[in-house]
Amino acid sequence: MTTELYGIAASDGIAIAKTYRLESPSLLFDKTTIEDPEAEIERLHAALTVSMQELELIKEQAEKQIGPKEAAIFGAHLMVLSDPELIGPITEKIKNDGVNAEFALQEVSDMFMEIFASMDNEYMQERAADIKDVRNRVLAHLLGVKFPNPGLISEKVILLAEDLTPSDTVQFNPEFIQGFVTEIGGRTSHSAILARTLEIPAVVGVKKLMASLEDGTLLIIDGIEGKIIADPSAEIIEEYEQRQKHFAAQKDELASLKDAATVSSDGFEVELGANIGSPKDVASALENGAEAIGLFRTEFLYMGRDSFPTEEQQFEMYSEVLKRMGSKPTVVRTMDIGGDKELSYMDLPKELNPFLGLRAIRLSLNMPDLFRTQLRALIRASVHGNLKIMFPMIATLEEFRQAKRLFIEEQEKLAAEGIAFNDNIEVGIMVEIPSTAVMADVFAKEVDFFSIGTNDLIQYTLAADRMNENVAHLYQPFNPAILRMVKMVIDAAHKEGKWAGMCGEMAGEELAVPILLAMGLDEFSMSATSILKTRSIISKLSKAEIEPHIDAILSLATAEDVKNYVSKI
Amino acid sequence: MIEKQFKITDEAGMHARPASALVGSLNKFKSDIQLEFNGKKVNLKSILGVMSLGISSGSIVTITADGEDEAEAMAKVEETMKAEGISNQ
Repeated sequence: MTTELYGIAASDGIAIAKTYRLESPSLLFDKTTIEDPEAEIERLHAALTVSMQELELIKEQAEKQIGPKEAAIFGAHLMVLSDPELIGPITEKIKNDGVNAEFALQEVSDMFMEIFASMDNEYMQERAADIKDVRNRVLAHLLGVKFPNPGLISEKVILLAEDLTPSDTVQFNPEFIQGFVTEIGGRTSHSAILARTLEIPAVVGVKKLMASLEDGTLLIIDGIEGKIIADPSAEIIEEYEQRQKHFAAQKDELASLKDAATVSSDGFEVELGANIGSPKDVASALENGAEAIGLFRTEFLYMGRDSFPTEEQQFEMYSEVLKRMGSKPTVVRTMDIGGDKELSYMDLPKELNPFLGLRAIRLSLNMPDLFRTQLRALIRASVHGNLKIMFPMIATLEEFRQAKRLFIEEQEKLAAEGIAFNDNIEVGIMVEIPSTAVMADVFAKEVDFFSIGTNDLIQYTLAADRMNENVAHLYQPFNPAILRMVKMVIDAAHKEGKWAGMCGEMAGEELAVPILLAMGLDEFSMSATSILKTRSIISKLSKAEIEPHIDAILSLATAEDVKNYVSKI
Repeated sequence: MIEKQFKITDEAGMHARPASALVGSLNKFKSDIQLEFNGKKVNLKSILGVMSLGISSGSIVTITADGEDEAEAMAKVEETMKAEGISNQ
């Protein structure tokens, strides 16, 4: 009979195989009184030494199979075995109470496990399992019983266990271990993390697992849904085989695209960047195959604190991002505060219409000292990577000239102070106000690049607040008015030999990508998780085939017409 | 005896990796090295002791070294804190 059990999806993927129960040997023992404490302590040390030798081997194996970062935990395990606060009390217990080593070890390690298990932090709670793992190994040696060795399994199986210890999982050969299911554990337990590293499916936290399933049962493990199916029917097996193929194909495709260039089917190359809001986001951007940071919002630096960030604090944040991105372009947008983004320590007058008020570059030019501090920090950080700077909310050419002048003045000051910086930093603007889009040909002679901020450009062009549900229908990315402006901006940039990017949500929208590609957009910046999908979409599009449609699209009457047209290309 | 305060800046706090790096770098010193956090004192040569305090990011800890090589020991503490990104001040 088919049985379904549910748990926590810990590592995605699907596997179908026979079950293999991984059970620990019995580590039961009696508390006894011993005659010769010195001999008992020696017995303890012998067991500790053998355990350490085993762990050294496991650590070596882990370094080779999974990597030094994951293997580091065994360094911690080794340290536990020589921990004076563990070994000291155990030997004292043997000496003073005259009890056997097994009992003393259990008492002292239990105390530590309780401390960790009672912490209100999930990570620390799971460290109790680490102590248990180490303790049981020593206990097995004291008792002279064999510790389980999953490394010996040589047929395709799905492992079932009450809990898997790090030293179990590290021995897994993914060729045979197709996946695993446990009764205990969460998404952040070592076994779950290792499963994701080994890329095998895992479901954890399945209640009554060991009581429900026998050895050799045919099992499907669905690590996407967090579900297992025992004794599945032929139909279910077939369904899951399909899903397995689909999953593998999808994964292969996206994985192959991670380090690939973004190229259309007819060989036109563009750059895909990530929008980030803090240095923490860089890791995810790179994991998702970002070729650049197309928009680094710096507002976070000013928020959640009670005074302005210093030049030094800003310098550190910018440097961190630039170092991690290396030679990949990083476009930093100067602060976009004011308006709806209020700061507690800044006394700005309440405005009737904050989106049309004193914010972004307007505020920067209104408070030049604040702006100069940010520019200095950025210029100094430029030695650490490929920095580009852009100003938000530029409405007139005077604003850009004024901001650029301050930038040059700060560069000159730093040069006079003998501080090193890259003197080829590109300085561009966000195009998010219709006046700037219309004047793009004039701007293009003075700026180094454009980045079209569609979120605001749409809202200002159609004069519709998308957060206001009564007018949200007027927020239309596909309105021909928007597309015409985007085309004007891209053409204006190219005419002057400059580049044009887009950092609004539109850049990652499936239906917009073909239009933008055909218009010649050079850089698409979006949330990190959209990058691989967009790269896949672009790889299947032919720029040359869509280009002839652009004039027709731009002469359509409504946003609906555009969407209908594009979905038929 | 030398005493010094550190602010833990590692985002995840004193988890297994930084704790083992710190403890591992100190075993060779003869001095008694203690870490105090939240009114509790532990032996800094004990990974279980250090981790059992559940020190989170942003916490201030006080470290004392007492013994013949206390200066070298404290220098090592500072070096490891910096190198491992546990504390930058």
